[in-house]
Amino acid sequence: MMPSKVVPLKEISRVELVSKGHNGCPGCGMCISLRQALKGLGKNTVLAIPAGCVPVVAGGPLPLAGLSVPTILCSFDATGAFIAGIEAALDLKGRKKGVNVVGFAGDGGTADIGIQALSGAFERRHDIIYICYDNEAYMNTGIQRSGTTPYGAWTTTTPVGSLKHFKRESKKDMPRIVAAHNPRYVATASIAFPGDFIGKIKRATELGGPSYIHVHSPCPVGWRFPPDKTIEIARLAVLTGMWRLFEIEDGQYRLTLKVPKRKPVAEYLKLQGRFRHLTPADIEEIQREVDKLWEAQPA
Amino acid sequence: MMEQLTRSGNEAAALGAKLSRAEVIAAYPITPSTFIVEYLAQYIADGELKAKLINVESEHSAMSACIGASLAGARTFTATSSQGLALMHEMLHWAVGARTPVVMAVGNRALAPPWNLYANHQDSIAQRDTGWIEFYCENNQEVLDTIIQAYKVAEDKRVLLPAMVCLDGFILTHTRERVDVPPQDAVDEYLPPYRPEHFVIDFDRPLTENVIVTPAWYMEYQYQLEVAMRNAREVIREANRDFAKKFNRDWGGLVDSYFMEDAEVAIMAMGTIAGTARVAVREMRKAGHKVGLIKLRAFRPFPIEEIRKLGSQLKVLAVIDRNCVFGSGGASCIEAQSALYSIPNRPKVLGFIAGLGGKDVGVESIKYILNKALKVSETGRVEREVEWVNLVGGE
Ligand SMILES: Cc1ncc(C[n+]2csc(CCOP(=O)(O)OP(=O)(O)O)c2C)c(N)n1
Ligand code: SF4
Repeated sequence: MMPSKVVPLKEISRVELVSKGHNGCPGCGMCISLRQALKGLGKNTVLAIPAGCVPVVAGGPLPLAGLSVPTILCSFDATGAFIAGIEAALDLKGRKKGVNVVGFAGDGGTADIGIQALSGAFERRHDIIYICYDNEAYMNTGIQRSGTTPYGAWTTTTPVGSLKHFKRESKKDMPRIVAAHNPRYVATASIAFPGDFIGKIKRATELGGPSYIHVHSPCPVGWRFPPDKTIEIARLAVLTGMWRLFEIEDGQYRLTLKVPKRKPVAEYLKLQGRFRHLTPADIEEIQREVDKLWEAQPA
Repeated sequence: MMEQLTRSGNEAAALGAKLSRAEVIAAYPITPSTFIVEYLAQYIADGELKAKLINVESEHSAMSACIGASLAGARTFTATSSQGLALMHEMLHWAVGARTPVVMAVGNRALAPPWNLYANHQDSIAQRDTGWIEFYCENNQEVLDTIIQAYKVAEDKRVLLPAMVCLDGFILTHTRERVDVPPQDAVDEYLPPYRPEHFVIDFDRPLTENVIVTPAWYMEYQYQLEVAMRNAREVIREANRDFAKKFNRDWGGLVDSYFMEDAEVAIMAMGTIAGTARVAVREMRKAGHKVGLIKLRAFRPFPIEEIRKLGSQLKVLAVIDRNCVFGSGGASCIEAQSALYSIPNRPKVLGFIAGLGGKDVGVESIKYILNKALKVSETGRVEREVEWVNLVGGE
């Protein structure tokens, strides 16, 4: 196994494939992950994007269409199948060499409604790259719970009330579910570590698919924090151990960022309105879960 | 040299796709259309067809993969039935809106519950408003020929809409008939390769497909679909004419008429019922009745002009539907009524629901219907607008 290489800041491409003046919210983590991902993918990329926040940035409304790569808006539930079809056609026509066929989908479109098409495409081993931007809820329809919403979070469908408050179930572990398909490559990433993220994207393009990259993408609107805090929060997620950076290449696991001394999760949680209702006992519970996960984690 | 062999409808459909040189095929099995993809898989495995077969995990993904492949420039094909077609419903809209000329064989089958595997047009009729072109076939030869014609129509620049070719479950899908298989080079002359005008995947001139639009523009896009569907009428007639010239088989275009020159009473039917109706009409003609048959070949676009022209000479039109728009009668009957409403000498229209879930519609059933229609033409009195034929318990 060849580990992915962290791309040094000054080697990151200056070419902007996301146009200025799109409709994304200020401080949007998804927009940052899209921009970073395209810097790693380059212009010979076909992108399929399902419903969610990303079409708002990359798909209009007409005449605003925000990307400088061929982009196909697809249905919410079938990104995996769309890119499988695109890849098959390009392959048959002898046009696939040097082209990245990429799905870029939200956590809902990936872990919930789209998981079947994703699983099928990975099982059939299409030469595709699937990137999930994880803002931990359905933001486009107004902050509803998704399978990857973390334990303890407020959303509009897990509202804080006197009887039931916040999401009671833990985050669906999508990278591990995908890893169980034994793809070429699975990795997690964070927009606060662009060199690591872009290095992983490049690794995926070198290896050929199926590859999966799950990038943690804070959302100021849904998580209730000021838009200038996006990167800080993304970084804290990693430094507190709430989000781990690793990669699995042909079944071999590697932690790509060692966090020698994890910060307390409270530092991450307290910056976000979606966790405001948590009691010290709730926070302790979350800390215990994170500690347990890290102990179970291969080094 | 034409090859003459007995083929099932499923094999005829697969041969149609093969002769059309489908490039990407994505499908999920469902009775009674399963064999179509199995045949295609075998052609590919034997090196007779250069195509990619994607064995997807659902019909929803089958149609999604076809749309993706079509946008990437490939000629695409799939096949399904019943529950599978229902699961595709969302993606049928996507195929239309993305203007992808996907061609799909539909082995018509009833929808559950109660479970039933047999012929019923409800599955494809329920897709009426998605914007797909819909052809219904009378026999296996027509299945093969119509798939080739469907590509010709779907890929025409004036149309660019997906098309389904429907064949009655088991009655055609599993029954062997003589089928003439045209030579590949003749089909190649008739159907040139699919070349999308705007190639979506151009890295120096990147396009965004299926953009988001505001209300101001959405309606303009929808209007383009309406125009395309209207254009499809003439393109289907043309495709049929050209086909007839080249292959010596004329399926009539949007409709086929039989003994209609001087008919006063006619029966209208789709699919295999039309084949049975031919026999009934012939026999009733021998007995001296001025009856005829209008076979509806294209349900979408609906052949309004043809129906008006043929209908204006009639006293009574009896329409058989192997489907039901619950509460209103059969779908093609409603369409015919609406097409005929504005002509000055419109005939009386009688609706009959028959053959649901594979229930047999024999020559006797059709004669029963024609006799009812003859009676109405004599008395001028319509007692019942919609009748369910051959119900076990009666209506
Ligand atoms: C079949 C279907 N069901 C529901 C929707 C409505 N819908 C659009 S976006 C969305 C949520 C998207 O969530 P996610 O994938 O997490 O992306 P995000 O909005 O967070 O960017 C939903 C439910 C849809 N477009 N299609
Ligand atoms: S709602 Fe959140 S994810 Fe969506 S565009 Fe706004 S900031 Fe980005």
